[in-house]
Amino acid sequence: MTAVGNLTHEPVEGDRFTITSEGTGDTWEIVVGLEVHCELATATKLFCGCPNHFGAEPNTNVCPVCLGLPGSLPVLNQNVVELAMRLGRALHCTVEPSVFARKNYFYPDMPKDYQVSQYDQPINVDGWLDLPDGTRVGIERAHIEEDTGKNTHAGGSGRIHGADYSLVDYNRAGVPLVEIVGRPHIRHPEQAKAYIDELRAILLATGASDAKMEEGSLRVDANVSVRRVGDATLGTRCEIKNLNSLRSLGRAIEYEARRQVDLLESGERVHQETRHWDEAAGRTRPGRSKEEAEDYRYFQEPDLVPLEPSAEWVAAVDAALPVLPAERRARLAEAAGVDPTETAVVVAVQRDLDSLALAAIGAGGDGRRVLTHVEHNLAVEGAESLDPAHFAQLVTMEVAGQLTATQAKAVLTDMVATGKAPDAIAAERGFEAMDTSQLEGIIDGIIAESPQEWAEFCGGDDKRRGKLQGFFVGKVMKATKGQADGKAVNAVLEARRAAAG
Amino acid sequence: MSDRLTRDDVAKVAHLARLELTDAELDTYTEQLGAVLDHAADVAALDLADVPPTAHPLPLVNVLRDDVVAACLDREEVLAQAPAVEDGRFRVPAILGEEP
Repeated sequence: MTAVGNLTHEPVEGDRFTITSEGTGDTWEIVVGLEVHCELATATKLFCGCPNHFGAEPNTNVCPVCLGLPGSLPVLNQNVVELAMRLGRALHCTVEPSVFARKNYFYPDMPKDYQVSQYDQPINVDGWLDLPDGTRVGIERAHIEEDTGKNTHAGGSGRIHGADYSLVDYNRAGVPLVEIVGRPHIRHPEQAKAYIDELRAILLATGASDAKMEEGSLRVDANVSVRRVGDATLGTRCEIKNLNSLRSLGRAIEYEARRQVDLLESGERVHQETRHWDEAAGRTRPGRSKEEAEDYRYFQEPDLVPLEPSAEWVAAVDAALPVLPAERRARLAEAAGVDPTETAVVVAVQRDLDSLALAAIGAGGDGRRVLTHVEHNLAVEGAESLDPAHFAQLVTMEVAGQLTATQAKAVLTDMVATGKAPDAIAAERGFEAMDTSQLEGIIDGIIAESPQEWAEFCGGDDKRRGKLQGFFVGKVMKATKGQADGKAVNAVLEARRAAAG
Repeated sequence: MSDRLTRDDVAKVAHLARLELTDAELDTYTEQLGAVLDHAADVAALDLADVPPTAHPLPLVNVLRDDVVAACLDREEVLAQAPAVEDGRFRVPAILGEEP
């Protein structure tokens, strides 16, 4: 893949990642669809009463059902259905009558030699997820299935290939999963990361999963293909596995897209296959070839009857849904009078500070300044318990010029730490608004002390003036112990220069 | 003999199910499974446009249990059933890139 280095990329229109070949000059775009498996936050497994608990001693959370012992029968966990529907409805899916199927394969991570999943009739179909940047990503389906046991490869190199034998722990076998199959609507590695972030926020908000990538309760596979910009048909895709972090996800998509462009530009074909991301090497490697779907010999699970949640059950799920991140962003943006895609709005919701910001704006605080503080000055413990009325009061003092931006930040920090009102803190700290005549007196004194610099400031070129502006502002800040308002200082300096010229 | 199913099809399915069949068994099962498919073809030939597919023979839906923890098996008892054990886990032969 040496020619990968001959490709350059640049974001186009802000949301599309393209690769331009130096050889042909052709421009390619990335097409990504993500498949996400998440473990549901139930007390017990999907079909038996064993605890659904991460980190237990190996093979202690097992019973005849999840070990596939003869004569055992599965019974569906009602809470799995509840949580799966909650997630599905949060993703704007339709809940359909569904059936379970057996996916047959021989691998020791499932003692039954099949995995129970939903195949042609999944519970949730046809929804969507809105990214903070405004992109709508379609959701094809979100179906229920069971997790597998955990294999540890021993001996040899420790890898699958070269292992002498494997050790199996079935605690995870039968843990309930929802697999969320996204449509190929993602065009940028950053969008893929944003999709997972947003999905994780929805999983947490609905209580469906704890969504921890590091513990494997949220796992991501990426289907990546490329096509020439303007082409309507999709290219041949590869499925990338072993993506253990958002960073891996972004890097793997970019690497894989470059690899495919390089193949196609050299007149070769992309083979549909599963590839594994190697984080240390920074590349994808071929895994096994993708088996054809019929090799799994799916058939309906005869031990489970169909699942048909009533309209009343779906309505109750809808009524209990929390306000979701996209709607929280929209509400905050409207109250603050800004665009919902603004970073400050996204950050406020991510940090769960949007209700504080809304309350502060409701109490009369300026929306823009409230958001600025939330984005830059409130990434601290205890920020969420700030009194919104105090927050609004602080912002109002700032807008009225009673506090500079620097002072406001200091006061805000004290407010979070002590719970006191901003005027009391400002008084304690000796932050008093400097009136204009006082400031003018200080500035005039400094000008008189530095006639050479002042002459150059008035007469010099823009570059020199810029430097000297910094010089004068610095002197004023020193003289006022940092309490002067930078904007006011600049205004006075400009007025004096205009008068001198 | 049915032309819906070849001997190679049966050999492939047998491999997927990890069944080792003799030549004679392959012939027998190709014929028997072919007869099953012939029967299915008789059904498929009917006009069933208005008949919903049967998902399950029992007239039941939504058999559910509460999300309540029940007793698990004792690990020693579980592992005692296994041919090989190490570190509280089932020890199984090496897997050569055949993961699902």
